[in-house]
Amino acid sequence: MSQLHVTTRINGDDTEFLCEAEDTLLDVLRDRLGLTGTKEGCGTGDCGACSVAVDGRLVCSCLMLGAEAEGRDIATIEGMATGDQLHPLQQKFIEMAALQCGICTPGILVAAQSLLERNPDPSEEEVRYWLAGNLCRCTGYDKIIRAVMETAADMRRAS
Amino acid sequence: MALDDTKKTREFKVVGTRPDRPDGIDKVTGRARFGADMVAPGMLTGRILRSPHAHARIVKIDASKAEALSGVKAVVTRADFGEVPEDVADVLDNCMAGDKALYDGHAVAAVAASSPAVARKALKLIEVEYEVLPHVTDVDATIKPDAPVLHEGRQQETVPEGMSQNVIARSEFGHGDIEAGLKQADRVVERTYRTAATHQGYIEPHACLATMGSDGRADLWVCTQGHYMVRNTCAAILGMEQGQLRVTASEIGGGFGGKTVVFLEPVALMLAKKAGRPVKMVMSRSEVLRATGPTSSTSIDVKIGMTKDGKITAGFAELRYQGGAYPGSPVDMGAMSGFAPYDLENVKTVGWDVVTNRPKAAAYRAPGAPMAAFAIESAIDEAAKGFGLDPLEVRLMNGADEGTRASYGPTYPAIGLKATLEAAKSHPHWSAPLGENQGRGVACGFWFNFGGDTCVSLNITPDGTVTVSEGNPDIGGSRASMTMMAAEELGIPYDQVRTIIADTGSLGQNEVTDGSRVTFAVGLATIKAAEAAKKEMCRRAAMVWGIDEEAVEWEDGAARPAGPNAGKFPPMTLKEIAAIASNTGGPIAGHHEVNAEGAGVSFATHMVDVELDRDTGSTKILRYTVFQDAGKAVHPSYVEGQFQGGAVQGIGWALNEEYIYGEDGILQNAGFLDYRIPVASDLPMIDTVILEIPNPGHPYGVRGVGETSIVPPLAAIANAVSEAAGVRMTQLPMSPPRVLAALQAKAEG
Repeated sequence: MSQLHVTTRINGDDTEFLCEAEDTLLDVLRDRLGLTGTKEGCGTGDCGACSVAVDGRLVCSCLMLGAEAEGRDIATIEGMATGDQLHPLQQKFIEMAALQCGICTPGILVAAQSLLERNPDPSEEEVRYWLAGNLCRCTGYDKIIRAVMETAADMRRAS
Repeated sequence: MALDDTKKTREFKVVGTRPDRPDGIDKVTGRARFGADMVAPGMLTGRILRSPHAHARIVKIDASKAEALSGVKAVVTRADFGEVPEDVADVLDNCMAGDKALYDGHAVAAVAASSPAVARKALKLIEVEYEVLPHVTDVDATIKPDAPVLHEGRQQETVPEGMSQNVIARSEFGHGDIEAGLKQADRVVERTYRTAATHQGYIEPHACLATMGSDGRADLWVCTQGHYMVRNTCAAILGMEQGQLRVTASEIGGGFGGKTVVFLEPVALMLAKKAGRPVKMVMSRSEVLRATGPTSSTSIDVKIGMTKDGKITAGFAELRYQGGAYPGSPVDMGAMSGFAPYDLENVKTVGWDVVTNRPKAAAYRAPGAPMAAFAIESAIDEAAKGFGLDPLEVRLMNGADEGTRASYGPTYPAIGLKATLEAAKSHPHWSAPLGENQGRGVACGFWFNFGGDTCVSLNITPDGTVTVSEGNPDIGGSRASMTMMAAEELGIPYDQVRTIIADTGSLGQNEVTDGSRVTFAVGLATIKAAEAAKKEMCRRAAMVWGIDEEAVEWEDGAARPAGPNAGKFPPMTLKEIAAIASNTGGPIAGHHEVNAEGAGVSFATHMVDVELDRDTGSTKILRYTVFQDAGKAVHPSYVEGQFQGGAVQGIGWALNEEYIYGEDGILQNAGFLDYRIPVASDLPMIDTVILEIPNPGHPYGVRGVGETSIVPPLAAIANAVSEAAGVRMTQLPMSPPRVLAALQAKAEG
């Protein structure tokens, strides 16, 4: 069983790794590259805890093979802040208590960032439907939705 | 007024504010380390082989082919565990089956291998010979005399002779005379209600990393609500001394009661012992659903007598809870809590604990209470509406207050039930108009709240910052709350304190994070530890000043001479005292150990508007408001978060969530696609109103808030759906097919 050699870019860094053909991108990120900020909640694409952006597109990393990362540009939660400067979504989630246990938080932040890149002025309904693939069991979503909308408003004012 | 002998209401500086949580940055950057995020050198992957049968005798397990596979370092079956103390016998049997597999997903063997792929392959090579037995998964079917029996000889003396061996225990609570009360009633509502088993649904699967040396010393990294419980349970199962097993709690990705017991941990330790290498185990979602703590499914008979002006003359409920494959369903807590919001002359509940071929029930947020509240609050609603009475007024008229003898025995001190009802009555939600196919429901809920064994150690560093070590995993923001209470008590800023969750080697025994106990009990111990540190700092200042320590008081973060005779000295701040600690006797710390009592009970009232789609039977939640007594909200945003999260779990329980077993006893929806918890697009904002009726048992008046919020939603939503549908809904979940069937049955008359 020979391993596959993959060259990719993760959070702006050129990266190489070896993986089994059956390894998911999530397995590679967590177990081969030590990027454990991306979480596994289900392994079947139902919970969104493993959300990452691949070439700017939001995907469940548990549903993509590691080998498919070849030549792609992957963004994970670890790349969201710039140095010690949190992304406005990250800052707002803390300020507005939009997380409790925090296990779904990386996936929700990645998904929310992907929304705001496409739609800087989403309605509550648009936020709710965009995040419908990200399960959170602690918050009832209320503070998450508010934090995303507040961040969007702040970012619009700042731009 | 010259003298005011009434107790002055304390003015808080930190408590009641909304600072950022100390674990926030780690959690938004992906740095926080959860159960599955830890690694160890030489680590192996552990996996579990699970029973494909609901009930089967395990005739033989042959692991020789698996053991021969390259990369397999250990195989463990029940034969590897010796005799264990009686109080952990069922726990072990649930972690690793003995003679019988008792449910679909029951662990029967485990492997440790060099990679996940090898471990998966090894599981397939383990040959298990089963003798399949008849099974039973339904709560009412299991009671029948001809039901397949799970355990012989476990029935308690409380159960009358002649009942199925699956009926384990009977309990009874209440006072007065039900028959006499029913005779005074103008109307008696009598119905049977059923609720489906639901899962806590934490997003983080169970995970642990075990290491054991040949000297018998072991370490465990684990995602749990109680690492001290994990230590004690695993030590008992493995025949170790507790001091030889050091358990560190990871960040916990949700628990809701489901992580108050062990599943993987004893197996991981045994694998690590046999393999001589660290073993990491992580469950899949399907394993979580098949083999970890769902709550009970239930069947409940209720009889309520009411006069035409709304007085409840008698309340009776008989509750049957199946707790899965082992004794210990939360039926007692259901039987104790259902009528707890009311001041009743005649009240009685009977609880039946029964077993079925399902995974052993684990605690789920206010365990046992939501189902009882669903049944009883539905019956009260039906009785009130039958007379055309306002359901809030009826609850106020019958509501419990200070001095009420509770249905489960004690007499209440100051409580907040009526405050929540009054707040609900005066809220704009109550008078907002409703449209076609819409309904509004209300319901009340109660939870006991726990205290229990707690240790806190508070240390002053040489530069005058403060560290608090506590032993309860932070599941909803408790590090922030402890930090706030320590800062409040010491009179220093929030950011001068850091709270950590210490491992089992660092503190004495700590009860599990459960029963909404942490903000109350650990908060109490934190305040007491801070008081001890303050006393010591006052003593140090007195020493420096050369005065009696009684002549020194602590105020605003500094020791000060107390009164005119103490001498004139400028205040000595915490930082100044810390800086010279080495010269005044050594390091300064405060600690407190307690079995905390005085956890104030908690009440809530929920109000919900729904809209029915008559073509599909689906229900939309339009508006939701939670009114709950927090005693004192330490961090109001996190209190709101508890209210909102509980309400939404209740919405899932009421409308969607359900363990579905086939005729074959196999769980049919072991994944998040088919076991559907609420998603963002299902919901409106969840409004909250925090009431603060101080708990006399806590220095700041704090009550637990975590669990009560899941108690009323089932009934509140059922009352709303029933109103919108024009049919009384008595079975959960009120899924579209079930609502549609009810509507059709009504149309057919």
